[in-house]
Amino acid sequence: MSWLIAILQTLLFVALAPLLAGWLKWCKCCLQNRKAPSLFQPYRDLIKLTKKQPVVAGHASWLFTIAPYIIFSATVLAATVVPLIAVDLPTSASADVIVMVGFFAFARFFLALAGLDIGTAFGGMGSSREMTISSLAEPAMLMAIFTLTMTASTTNLSVAISHVLNEGLVLRPSFVFALFALMLVAIAETGRVPVDNPVTHLELTMIHEAMILEYSGRHLALIEWASQLKLMLYGVLVANIFFPWGIAETFSLQTLGLGLLVILGKLAVLAIFLAVSETLVAKMRMFRVQEYLGFAYLLGLLGMLSHIILETSR
Amino acid sequence: MSSSNWTVDFLNQLISAAVTVEQISLPSTTLWQTESNHWQQFAELALQQNMRWVAGWAEHVQDRFFINACFEKQGVYVLLRAIVNAAKPELPSQAIVYPAANRSERHTQDMFGINFIGHPDNRRWTRHKAWPKHSHPLRKDFSVQGTPDEITQPDMDYPFVKAHGTGAYEIPVGPVHAGIIEPGHFRFQAVGELILNLEERLGYVHKGIEKIAEGRSPESLARLAGRVSGDTTVGHAWAACKAMEQAAGIDIPPRAALIRGVLAERERVANHMGDMGAICNDVAFVFAQMQFTRLRELWLRTNATVFGHRLLMDRIIPGGVNCDLSEESCAKIKQDIIQLRKELSEIMSAVDLNSSLEDRLFTAGYLAPELAAAFGTLGYVGRASGQSFDVRKNAPYAPYDQVAFKVPVETQGDIASRFWVRNKEINAALKLIEKFIALLSPGDIISPWKTPVAGSESLGIVEGWRGEIVSYIRFDADNKIARFYPRDPSILNWPVLEKLVLDNIVPDFPVCNKSLNGSYSGSDL
Repeated sequence: MSWLIAILQTLLFVALAPLLAGWLKWCKCCLQNRKAPSLFQPYRDLIKLTKKQPVVAGHASWLFTIAPYIIFSATVLAATVVPLIAVDLPTSASADVIVMVGFFAFARFFLALAGLDIGTAFGGMGSSREMTISSLAEPAMLMAIFTLTMTASTTNLSVAISHVLNEGLVLRPSFVFALFALMLVAIAETGRVPVDNPVTHLELTMIHEAMILEYSGRHLALIEWASQLKLMLYGVLVANIFFPWGIAETFSLQTLGLGLLVILGKLAVLAIFLAVSETLVAKMRMFRVQEYLGFAYLLGLLGMLSHIILETSR
Repeated sequence: MSSSNWTVDFLNQLISAAVTVEQISLPSTTLWQTESNHWQQFAELALQQNMRWVAGWAEHVQDRFFINACFEKQGVYVLLRAIVNAAKPELPSQAIVYPAANRSERHTQDMFGINFIGHPDNRRWTRHKAWPKHSHPLRKDFSVQGTPDEITQPDMDYPFVKAHGTGAYEIPVGPVHAGIIEPGHFRFQAVGELILNLEERLGYVHKGIEKIAEGRSPESLARLAGRVSGDTTVGHAWAACKAMEQAAGIDIPPRAALIRGVLAERERVANHMGDMGAICNDVAFVFAQMQFTRLRELWLRTNATVFGHRLLMDRIIPGGVNCDLSEESCAKIKQDIIQLRKELSEIMSAVDLNSSLEDRLFTAGYLAPELAAAFGTLGYVGRASGQSFDVRKNAPYAPYDQVAFKVPVETQGDIASRFWVRNKEINAALKLIEKFIALLSPGDIISPWKTPVAGSESLGIVEGWRGEIVSYIRFDADNKIARFYPRDPSILNWPVLEKLVLDNIVPDFPVCNKSLNGSYSGSDL
């Protein structure tokens, strides 16, 4: 039963990711006084891409063609670790948050390799930038997560979320710091404005898009889907760790249904925040990203310090 | 004219330097004819006089080449000409003295096979692989159709500047870009993200404008001039018509001049709004781009209803204009301006208050005023770097000679400055349109055409939205065009892009390029 729910939950993750992307786009369009495409446009795009024949450069190696499958699979595996609608599932019990970060790093490693493999200047440039940013983003992310795990005394997300639920509504300064740190990292890691611009056509300014410029057809569909999934994963992390109320603790149809509705609501609100921030700020200069991620790391560190100073003494 | 003093001084200087010039009066300017061996020396003396190099072109006449260069100082234009024999076409280069002449001389070298001795960089420029190695399209023995291959060969072996050393790498960009822009190739040498060198390679939209202009009627040439660069259709058509009218000795009716002024200023406003939006879009500030795009679209729709064409193509014809302004149209234009001012001020205050945008635009893509002066940079690019030259102000022509207006100049030299100069130019242009409409009095909008004498020539110089446009026209017998050379401001502005991106980082190049927004079509001809 619990395995079935775990599998269903992962499928739900994969199925809902494009909807979140569509909703985000919808919000941005409204804020920019534009007519928005349908919420289901990302699904149509994915279907369109899968129907197209992928064009692969003559000198691309096997790595280039298998990378999309690896990236997609690794991201789906990362999704199994994160509780979406229910806690205490066997998949989240068997792996902790470090494993999730590991899956992300694994996917990114292959994405960067694929960018280099094709041999174009843009691919290499994108890979180099992605690696620069991730080397700064990962420590900041781990620092934020360690703050959380110190409170719950576990690196397991499911257990940590249960812990937060059991504690009830307590204002922890460490959580506020960690929340902001994680949100900053999430923006950098998912390639959103102001770190990267996912909708730009200017090759020279791209980070994530530069690596996937040569992809087409189903390969591109898989990579796009994986990025949408990653965006949703970060959204769920922020929503469920810091605002876990509503998540199902028992496996009844009622609690699971409620869990689904609540997480959809939470993600929708988070997406509105993201859309507003993307409308308000321009993309920052490439060399400002280190200051930005340095700030995220600092917030994570402050979170941990405030945990040690304010919360453990009791 | 008060500024004619310098020409007297300059002529005395030339005489003492043993450079002989023969002065011939043309309808719009003075033609100074010199010996080809004094070509470079003239430029050196001109530079000492702080004259600005304006344009350079050549012409094949029977068995000789007329080589022309145009200079300007204090609003007075001088057309310099040397005649060389087609058997051994060579003369000393002016590009050593004036870097602005560099690409122009390479263009002349490719199109005519004229050798500029001592040219600092005599690689081919306009020549790609579309015509055979030893043929020169603008010579008279080259047919208009040419002898093109079935498929034009790729231009693989252009000798780009190379960078060596560890960590230096090359980024080739274009000629096909992801956005809807014209084709052009950019070759970067970078270390990490820092740009060490940028080299432009243009010429991908060479349309043979100069060749197909030969033998046209004035009406047909005006249409062609309107297509030199699609976004400057009013500017180029006006410059060409002005040159033809001067050559034919025609004065256009005052009403036509005022309507031309309205058209040119409307073109300026539309393009500046588009550019300002595009600059914002390049730093992912999409909100502003959407607003500017919306305002530009409304502006263009008014163009369509009032003048019958969104981009105002073919509204200017030899002798005048072919669209009149009714009372209702004037009212509509005035109403539009009030509305636009209101909306622009709201958007500009939002843009001004946005610190993330400010962070991207300030200090980026800095062009020093000295460099701008050395390259003869024009329009908003020059005006953001202290170059105040504006044909409308410095060499006024109808209708600009009847009104007072401001030319904004800044010395900040960065992208922000080029952005704000555009904004100021929009405000000045809106005021100009209002003044022109107020000055309109009933009358003709076209003067009857007179067939000019064979060989009559003239320079049409107007201020387009990118800057000074120079159009050279020489008539043949029977009202036919013998030579047409349009000098788009982009020809002088493109080279400074290579300079202003230095010490910037690779991801800032697109916004640097957009702040300059040179025309590819206008420079490739």
